[in-house]
Amino acid sequence: MTKIQARNRLYLLLVAIVIGLLAPLVVYPVFLMKILCFALFACAFNLLLGFTGLLSFGHAAFFGGAAYVTGHALSVWGLPFELGILAGTLAATVMGAIVGKLAIRRQGIYFAMVTLALAQLIYFLCLQAPFTGGENGQQGIPRGFALGILDLSNNTTLYYVVLVIFSLGFGLVYRVINSPFGQVLKAVRENEPRAISLGYDTDRVKLTAFIVSSALAGLAGATKAVVFQLASLTDVHWHMSGEVVLMTLLGGVGTLIGPVVGAGVVVTLQNTLSSGPLNAYVPVVLGGIFVVCVLAFRRGIVGEIKALIKQSF
Amino acid sequence: MDIFSISPQVLLGQLLLGLINGSLYAVLSLGLAIIFGLLNIVNFTHGAQYMLGAVLAWAGLNYLGMNYWLALIFAPLMVGAIGIIIERTMLRRLANVDHLYGLLLTFGLALIIEGLLVRMLGVTGQPYAGPPELKGGMNLGFMFLPYYRAWVVVASLAACLGAWLLIERTKIGAYLRASTENPNLLKAFGINVPLLVTLAYGFGAALAGFAGVLAAPLFQVSPLMGSNLIIVVFAVVVIGGMGSILGSIVTGLSMGLIEGLTKVVYPEASSTVVFVVMAIVLLVRPAGLFGKAA
Repeated sequence: MTKIQARNRLYLLLVAIVIGLLAPLVVYPVFLMKILCFALFACAFNLLLGFTGLLSFGHAAFFGGAAYVTGHALSVWGLPFELGILAGTLAATVMGAIVGKLAIRRQGIYFAMVTLALAQLIYFLCLQAPFTGGENGQQGIPRGFALGILDLSNNTTLYYVVLVIFSLGFGLVYRVINSPFGQVLKAVRENEPRAISLGYDTDRVKLTAFIVSSALAGLAGATKAVVFQLASLTDVHWHMSGEVVLMTLLGGVGTLIGPVVGAGVVVTLQNTLSSGPLNAYVPVVLGGIFVVCVLAFRRGIVGEIKALIKQSF
Repeated sequence: MDIFSISPQVLLGQLLLGLINGSLYAVLSLGLAIIFGLLNIVNFTHGAQYMLGAVLAWAGLNYLGMNYWLALIFAPLMVGAIGIIIERTMLRRLANVDHLYGLLLTFGLALIIEGLLVRMLGVTGQPYAGPPELKGGMNLGFMFLPYYRAWVVVASLAACLGAWLLIERTKIGAYLRASTENPNLLKAFGINVPLLVTLAYGFGAALAGFAGVLAAPLFQVSPLMGSNLIIVVFAVVVIGGMGSILGSIVTGLSMGLIEGLTKVVYPEASSTVVFVVMAIVLLVRPAGLFGKAA
């Protein structure tokens, strides 16, 4: 990275921080929190697809599974906020280790199908398990207090807590892809046989990336459960896995902030459409964006902007 | 649980249901395998194409008075034609990029097709009366066999056998197999490979539509009937591997039977048993039962 690039990046970060801090003054905090949760989810997913080259079509299992565990921990076990979130994240990590261990035994297109099938298995388990509340889901999950003092029933307070959680997750993704381990991930993405011949245990590398990704997806789901005080089957359904793929694709696969942009656009779109006459057409519109992205727009919004900047200098 | 306390009627009844589901799995996974062989993509639209077959049969009967047998011919042709349009206008452009994009494109298409039909027909299922010729059934002494169910199994297996003969025993089948192995060499011999690819996609889609028409009188016709089924079929394909046609058929049938058996022994697990089998196969034989090592 050149000095100018580093400085630009610093400015970008400062602008992002200011926007993040001031946003709830202008926009409804719950809406912002929804974007942050999905942005973290998409960043976690992008760590796999964008930086390791693995398409997981089952990430909803970690997102929704963590939401259920956190919901149960907060409302039934009565754990404090932090431990509740941690319980959900931990559950997603364990699920990620199991699913990842099985899925990395197959490559490419089979990997996507295996993750999808295993996520469907988890979906059915959630449908039948007594603690998830079946079709009704878990409702009225208590928000409680952060650090024992911050009252999270206040949306603005909760927003800043969610912002901190998102920043920690995003920071972790940034650290991972800019670490030596991140370089190995890219090597696996570009040319796996070559990475093997260089002496890397690529199965282990892929599994580690999968576990980190599922843990972060779980963190996003757990946070979402607290924000909406709800964990439901929608969160574990494969449509949710499709949505996170779409967010990442639309924003820009393999770019750092692409998933954040993609999540922002998709969530805004869903909210706008669902209050208008096109409400019933949300899946059709999302499917249409999928098709357009894949056919004409594979670099995504951020990727296209990057290419444009590169061209003009 | 005492397996011997289950009456043979219940067991055989569920096994028959399993056999029917299994034959549908076989037709669907065969179509997926053919498409995968030539286009190298996993056709996520397959479930929507199966549903489209059923919906076209239902619409044909209610709006045009088209009977079941005509629907069994025309609905797959229509679904195949739509598939050909999809291949020509969209999938073709993805031939040179990562195969994952094909999966994503067909996923988007499935969302569009299902979303539009939900809007037109609603999510509740519509009953579709089967052909009057196959009403009723016969008493085998130990169980009652409805004619239509027997027909579904026979027709599915016939379709699979027909596809197998087409691919293994005819000239066009030889081209198809050659194109799976090495499309560039085949092009050098002057064979129109792009046309072959288009036809293969149309044929795979038509098989899905055929399965949809067969399924229409068995289940309710609804726009979402294919969306969960396709994931089970994916698991079947992972278990069997997409390398061999016979493998798809055998795996499809046996997964249906295992599902039926589970319904009797432990009903709670019947919706998940195929995925559990898939997990076990991945542990024991990662390449799949009939697959070559990837």
